[in-house]
Amino acid sequence: MQNTNVAYDSKVEGEIIVTQADAVINWIRKHSVWPMPMGLACCAIELMAVGASRFDISRFGMEVMRFSPRQADCMIVSGTVTYKMAEVIRRIYEQMAEPKWVVAMGACASTGGMYRSYATLQGVDRIIPVDVYVSGCPPRPEALLDAMIKLQDKIGRERSVKNLTERNAKPTKEGSLALAGAGKES
Amino acid sequence: MVESEFAQLKERFDYLSARQSVDHSAVDCPADKLVEFCTVLRDSLGFDLLVDVTAVDWDAQSPRFTGIYHLLSTTKHEYLRIAADCEDDIKPSLPSLCGVFAAANWHERETYDLMGIYYDGHPDLRRILMWDEYPYHPLRKDFPLAGIEVPLPADDVAEATGVAVSPAPMMGGPFVSSADGPMSQTEPSARDESWTEQEEKPTE
Repeated sequence: MQNTNVAYDSKVEGEIIVTQADAVINWIRKHSVWPMPMGLACCAIELMAVGASRFDISRFGMEVMRFSPRQADCMIVSGTVTYKMAEVIRRIYEQMAEPKWVVAMGACASTGGMYRSYATLQGVDRIIPVDVYVSGCPPRPEALLDAMIKLQDKIGRERSVKNLTERNAKPTKEGSLALAGAGKES
Repeated sequence: MVESEFAQLKERFDYLSARQSVDHSAVDCPADKLVEFCTVLRDSLGFDLLVDVTAVDWDAQSPRFTGIYHLLSTTKHEYLRIAADCEDDIKPSLPSLCGVFAAANWHERETYDLMGIYYDGHPDLRRILMWDEYPYHPLRKDFPLAGIEVPLPADDVAEATGVAVSPAPMMGGPFVSSADGPMSQTEPSARDESWTEQEEKPTE
């Protein structure tokens, strides 16, 4: 009699779990985010608090802060972005290994904040695609952790190969970025 | 500074004149005597620390620019403010104090960057805050707070992102706090809320 059972028989081949590649890959990615602390102003102080024992970012598997873009996949832009610094941020972002994400921490990184001035870039999303925006001036450490949890949710919903298919962000006619797979959230 | 000391100073350097001041003693000094005067202040009068170098833009007046120097005597705990007018209103210049106080180096670079005062004899007069190619001096009175559109300092980033240095949105701004009243009621707020980014600012 022909065997029509296509399901996996654990009694024969041992215990495994069948799932989708995206689910597994994203599950791994979201619990091992390697942040790149782009500390530019006072928000960086709160970022340090997030890394320290009281708030403890290692609860989310993100404690490995790397100051080298080659070893990081999530840039946390914490602070005021000046036009002089914009070039540096863009270059560091380009050096990060894909897949990569960006968190704009605080009012300045998100919109320029209170710096309506000749020297300040009015939001880091003008030069790099941002995944999560955090409000606050500066945000509480809890707010950043909440943003990182939202980023984890977002990573979990992505296609794991999105960076292979949509990697080149080109400017559109309006001068804004065509954001590669980066929908705006929160 | 005690009155008698100040009188002595004026007697010794006849080119000085008293300057109105609400806090510390202040003198006006001609630009060409500045180095000589500061050297004496440092060597024989105890003013051994240069605290600040800045400048004033008087807008339509002439002389338009005045260089300001703050000196501190760490032994007598006294400040002295020295003001020197720039003769040229178009390309204002002052003698550099780098040879007298090493601290003048970066302060003069900053004043050059933001006010556009050229310090003659400065060893390395480059911009210190804005990037080297920036064409304006942002703290001058004729420079708008929002800024003026210029290209980004990095060509390749400008090309990849299509971003330029553009005037900041000033909707309702500038945001100023009133000086009087308790701090809880003097938060910086928009003075003029009659226009938005969608609606043009009404012309007067």
